[in-house]
Amino acid sequence: MDRKIAVVICFAFGLVMFAQYFSAHPLARSVNQTIADYWQIIFAFALIVGVVGFLNNNFQQVRKGQDRPFRLLSLAGFVIMPVLAMIWGIKTGTPFLWVFENVQVPMQSTVFALLAFFVASASYRGFRARSVPAAILLSAALIILVSRSFATGPLSDWLPGVAEWIRNNPSMAARRAILIGIGLGSLTTSLRVILGIERTWLGGGK
Amino acid sequence: MHFCYIIATVANDPGWFDVERLPTLIVAVIAIAIVLYTTYHRSSREKFKVREIPALKAVEEAIGRATEMARPLLYTPGWGGDIQRPTTIASLNMLAHVAEKTARYDCRLVFPTHDPVIMTVAQEVVKEAYIRAGYPDRFRQEDISYVSSSQFAYAAGVDGMISRLKPASIFLLGTFEAESLILAETGNSIGAIQIAGTDSTIQLSFFIVACDYTLIGEELFAASGYLSGDRSILASVRAQDILKVVIMLILMVATVWSTVTFMTNGSTDGWWTF
Repeated sequence: MDRKIAVVICFAFGLVMFAQYFSAHPLARSVNQTIADYWQIIFAFALIVGVVGFLNNNFQQVRKGQDRPFRLLSLAGFVIMPVLAMIWGIKTGTPFLWVFENVQVPMQSTVFALLAFFVASASYRGFRARSVPAAILLSAALIILVSRSFATGPLSDWLPGVAEWIRNNPSMAARRAILIGIGLGSLTTSLRVILGIERTWLGGGK
Repeated sequence: MHFCYIIATVANDPGWFDVERLPTLIVAVIAIAIVLYTTYHRSSREKFKVREIPALKAVEEAIGRATEMARPLLYTPGWGGDIQRPTTIASLNMLAHVAEKTARYDCRLVFPTHDPVIMTVAQEVVKEAYIRAGYPDRFRQEDISYVSSSQFAYAAGVDGMISRLKPASIFLLGTFEAESLILAETGNSIGAIQIAGTDSTIQLSFFIVACDYTLIGEELFAASGYLSGDRSILASVRAQDILKVVIMLILMVATVWSTVTFMTNGSTDGWWTF
């Protein structure tokens, strides 16, 4: 029964959201805004569940002695940041902003910087000319790479044009084909969920 | 009474329909009609062949590998999407099938996510899958966990899990952004078998290079039907193919028409320009 109610609610809201998209009426916009507001409320409650789960997991692992330093650091961050924000606020010159700018931002930049090394290692594996398609891929990659570097000038004047042609024609054609597939896939998946054909998100069953 | 008042107000107001979106409405109605026809028309559902998708054939192999090696299986839906996104729904649909198998094989399933709503839904999906498989006692709620909503904190957290738990198989299915290659390369470095799929064309190229199997484009959305063998779901996948043929025909006609117009008028401006 509870599953049927969920399917009916999903169908009703799917229909309403579909209809409001084609309307410029203030009522349609207000419906959209109201649903977005309720979504924020649902998210806030779910966040509480997520945070409780996060704390539970970390405390359990600390108790078991598994990955203790990482877990303690996570818990320390979870406690310290809100405490700093509540006592001194989050404006310029506050301890909260200092920790944010000098601890959190550098850590995020470090993780992002890993990408450079990973791109290099992935490219090394991906661009081995072991077959004709791989050789074509390697050639296209080399042309794009060189066209974006300082070597373009001395090497040739037409290289940027070739790179532009690769980006706008074969590459764009492949991307659009994939995007059409994704668009159609999104459409059918949404319809399956709205019509109740696909109920896996509810735990499955008919 | 109040409802009637709203209907009357809307009907009397000429601004209730956005004319600029009429082409979108026409295309949407045609697409929906085709999907409904293939899904509900009996003869349309009966006989058709689904081509083999290597990444989906490898799902069983990936779960079997993790079981044999007595190592966990890591499944993550990426940082880019929320529960409203069809890609996330498709990923959760596939999670249900993966979870049912991990329950049967008694293989640990770890699901870290960046979104608490996805976490709640995933817990329910996995729990139901374990019950369906007949092993509710094997379900570990703490393994379906919320990591962080911040992109690189999530990437670092999942990276840490991959490095410490050393899962034998990794499923990267959902909406990914810059974290895609960080996760895929870390998975590659520990020798895990990796199955990936996303709706981002930029991240797809990273997955193709770094993962063993990649679901490209609409394959991710077909996964649920392919794995369950449900004819209603597969029929809607068939609708995708019909729509693809229709789009290809339209593109071909438009290309010929555009070329003819250019050759006769010296310009490509024509009736198709909205």
